[in-house]
Amino acid sequence: MKFNQTYVKRLIFILSLWPLLSISINIFQDTLGANPIEFIERHFGKWTLIFLCLTLSMTPLRRITNISQWILYRRMLGLFVFFYASIHLLCYIALDYHFDWVDIKNDIIKHRYVLVGFLAWLLLLPLAITSSDKMIRKLKANWKLLHRLIYVIAILGVLHFIWLVKKDITEPLIYAAIVSILLILRLNILRRKKL
Amino acid sequence: MTKIKKIPSSEITPEHIYNDRRNFLKNLGLIVSSTALSTFTNKSFAALSALPSFIQSKEHKNEKLSSLKDITSYNNYYEFGTSKSDPHEHADLLKVDPWSISIEGSVTKPLTLDIDELIKLIPIEERIYRLRCVEGWSMVIPWVGLPLNALLKKVSPTSNAKYVEFISLKRPSEMIGQKDDMLDWPYTEGLRLDEAMHPLTILAVGLYGKVLPKQNGAPIRLVVPWKYGFKSIKAITKIKLVEKMPTTTWMKANPKEYGFYANVNPEVDHPRWTQATERRIGESLLAPRLKTRMFNGYQEEVAHLYQGMDLDRYF
Repeated sequence: MKFNQTYVKRLIFILSLWPLLSISINIFQDTLGANPIEFIERHFGKWTLIFLCLTLSMTPLRRITNISQWILYRRMLGLFVFFYASIHLLCYIALDYHFDWVDIKNDIIKHRYVLVGFLAWLLLLPLAITSSDKMIRKLKANWKLLHRLIYVIAILGVLHFIWLVKKDITEPLIYAAIVSILLILRLNILRRKKL
Repeated sequence: MTKIKKIPSSEITPEHIYNDRRNFLKNLGLIVSSTALSTFTNKSFAALSALPSFIQSKEHKNEKLSSLKDITSYNNYYEFGTSKSDPHEHADLLKVDPWSISIEGSVTKPLTLDIDELIKLIPIEERIYRLRCVEGWSMVIPWVGLPLNALLKKVSPTSNAKYVEFISLKRPSEMIGQKDDMLDWPYTEGLRLDEAMHPLTILAVGLYGKVLPKQNGAPIRLVVPWKYGFKSIKAITKIKLVEKMPTTTWMKANPKEYGFYANVNPEVDHPRWTQATERRIGESLLAPRLKTRMFNGYQEEVAHLYQGMDLDRYF
């Protein structure tokens, strides 16, 4: 059983690198389109949201399937959220804005979609830092409380996408629906606990 | 620096080559070398296969033209879908032949004519303009077209004519993006009469010396280079001279974000995108953003139109 889990974990890790591989293929084949920086930014933004949804799915999956194993992959998936969000942010700072901090500051202050995106990344930071076993033990009950921030991050992440889009919000609404379902499932779990 | 000068045809060298060497054109647009221009856009070209000879522009020597591929594959044209690649994929469904365009409203001599008649009536010429999208990206595009003022003079606007309203086509069977009520179809735009009469304002019928591709607004579109791209309405069927300021499609869709004027202005920010800088399409992955210029760099030519106006309010 233990042996099995290690393999599954490794497999998930390797599969989780797909966004890096696929963008590399795009870069080498020169298929990034007319606006390559926008393409790369959107690519990592989209994958951040996908990993966010995957991370949030682990707890409901454990409940629904009655298989506790799911929870073993939650931390790794969560760290991939941070990883891809950081690449997304780095693309924005380095590729798009060439470290022009004044322009970046103005962009964050003036545009709400940039602001909520940046906030979401900031909130991910303490979660990534406190993800080790050592920190879990150290923080005890507070750890659970702190990591509920992921719900706030998920909402901010979806808002970031909705507010970015000019008119056709179909795609961001799909993420909004998935995140809503995943959060509503938790409300049910909480209620059942209280009863 | 960006003034458009009329060039006498005697000055034109037959082997004029664009500053972008990959995309040059030969023989004054009559015959385009099929090897130089990729077949990429051929399927979307309108029924007309060639334009009559035109005066070529010698401007923008210092600015690299955007590639034909980028100009024809990265478009905002919601009539064919909301993704940038949709127009290139779906625009060939549109039938642009036959096409008629009418100029009507407060005019003494209304006109209805097809594109052939139009370009016989008014000589066409090349205009290389920067195009700045409200989303923060820009291109440099070699249009072929005719000055709108020449056409408006032909219809003799009456004293009631204060604004010009432009109306595009509504044909959901061919413009598949119109099957959704994404915008209030048909797309409508407007200019103040003095903006419409400005010599920089053109109706474009060609691109890179060839007939305008459908995804770029064939058979005829407006180009107003000092305004954000959405002002430059595509596939025009009607030009109406009116007394009251028309409500444009994007004003209806989101009045807080899109005003009637929509002049390129780095000082007036948009709630979504920075207008201080822009990304030039076709530059390398490592190229920095460019500072956006007032009136997209056409300040010298157009600033007088807005003297004394509060540009924060009339955005």
